Amino acid sequence: MKSEAPWLAQKAIVESDKATAAEINGSPKLQASGLDFFYGNNQALHGISLRIPALKTTAFIGPSGCGKSTFLRTFNRMNETLRHARMQGEVLLDGENILEMEVSQLRLRVGMVFQRSNPFPKSVFDNVAYGPRVNGTRRKSDLEEVVETSLQRAALWDEVKDHLHKSALELSGGQQQRLCIARAMAVDPEVLLLDEPCSALDPIATAKIEELLFQIRNSCTLVIVTHNMQQAARVADFTGFFLLGKLIEYDTTKTIFERPKIQATEDYITGRFG
Amino acid sequence: MRHFDQELEQLKVMLLEMASLVESAITNSVNSVVQKDKLLAESVLEKEATVNQMEVDIDDFAIKLLALQQPMAVDLRLIAAGLKINTDLERMGDLAVNIAERAIELYQEPVIKPMVDIPHIAALVQSMVQKALDSFVNKDVELAKSVLASDDAVDDLRTASFHELISYMERTKHNIPQAVSLLSIVRNLERIADHATNIAEDVIFYVKGIDVRHHAEVRE
Repeated sequence: MKSEAPWLAQKAIVESDKATAAEINGSPKLQASGLDFFYGNNQALHGISLRIPALKTTAFIGPSGCGKSTFLRTFNRMNETLRHARMQGEVLLDGENILEMEVSQLRLRVGMVFQRSNPFPKSVFDNVAYGPRVNGTRRKSDLEEVVETSLQRAALWDEVKDHLHKSALELSGGQQQRLCIARAMAVDPEVLLLDEPCSALDPIATAKIEELLFQIRNSCTLVIVTHNMQQAARVADFTGFFLLGKLIEYDTTKTIFERPKIQATEDYITGRFG
Repeated sequence: MRHFDQELEQLKVMLLEMASLVESAITNSVNSVVQKDKLLAESVLEKEATVNQMEVDIDDFAIKLLALQQPMAVDLRLIAAGLKINTDLERMGDLAVNIAERAIELYQEPVIKPMVDIPHIAALVQSMVQKALDSFVNKDVELAKSVLASDDAVDDLRTASFHELISYMERTKHNIPQAVSLLSIVRNLERIADHATNIAEDVIFYVKGIDVRHHAEVRE
């Protein structure tokens, strides 16, 4: 007698696809409404409105200079570090305007990982423990627990558990990036922003990062900017296509990559421009 | 034109070359029955190996495109539809061979009354095949839908032929072997029509990204 398990698993995948389509209209974790962004007199974003579902992975794709990284950085107000940058419109986290939050509290809830890994010039342990220490965790046992948990979540624990006091700068590029993810996860963020996290990594390291994103997706809302469309197709539940500072199309990843509704989206993802 | 676009065009050309052979096989197999032409029937059998090899070549080429190009959207749908159309064409070729084999069994037998319905059914089926393939070439969704709408007419003709042949067998028991061969021919023609509707469904998926299989309302 054939096992029913493979068919049930397939049915679950199909039902999951239907569920994700409904969530795009549900209660969002992050929401932008009529967002304009300016670098001085240069308008980088034009009227962006979208809803990012909770505990899902959303990817932004588009050609270089389209505004996807600028948009990503609005979610934790990183753009405020830039001179002459200003924003109009609204960005909400759980319905609360992020401009009305204390920025350090916002960045506890919305972590970020950058294109180039940026470990602190400290040990592996101290890199991961830094955030919890700053936020008041002092007991050694508590710090050890959060460091181990975070490194395990980042799929790095087995590789560094015997070298926790080694300098983080001695790790490989892929390990450093996973360390940065562990560091971000150590403060238990609700959202993790990833700005082209794999663009500086080899395919093996990239695969490990993508696998890591699969592992943490159920505990954290992920928003990822990538110029690798195949990566967006692999990891994201929802995908937004940006062009010249505008959001052209935003839908389930399945729809975007199988039958996009806008011709410009299809032209981009089929490589006919961009 | 990008190199990948050229390869997609090549895939279409390969499919259409195979389709041309299969259409000829269907036409020749039906003519060999009606005209009692044993040589024509044998020519259909001789070409079967060519059609089968084309199926293998097209599958190989399409899989290569999937692996090396990681196509998206309409390009992905074209290759996916192409793989399915490839299978349908090969099966249509097999069914034409079945008809030709029945023609060889029948060529020395006298014409019996139910045989006169064969050209009528065959004409409708061949029209469906041609329209399905034209809809693929021209990305014509309306033409593809018209193929789906024709399927019921073929089924009705098949049912009527079956009743007539069964009634004929009850009346003229010495012609049962011949009538059974005709039953088989009608059944094979009806199955060719089913494959033509499959191709039409694949065209709609390719052009619109909509899966219309098993959706009766599309045919209405």
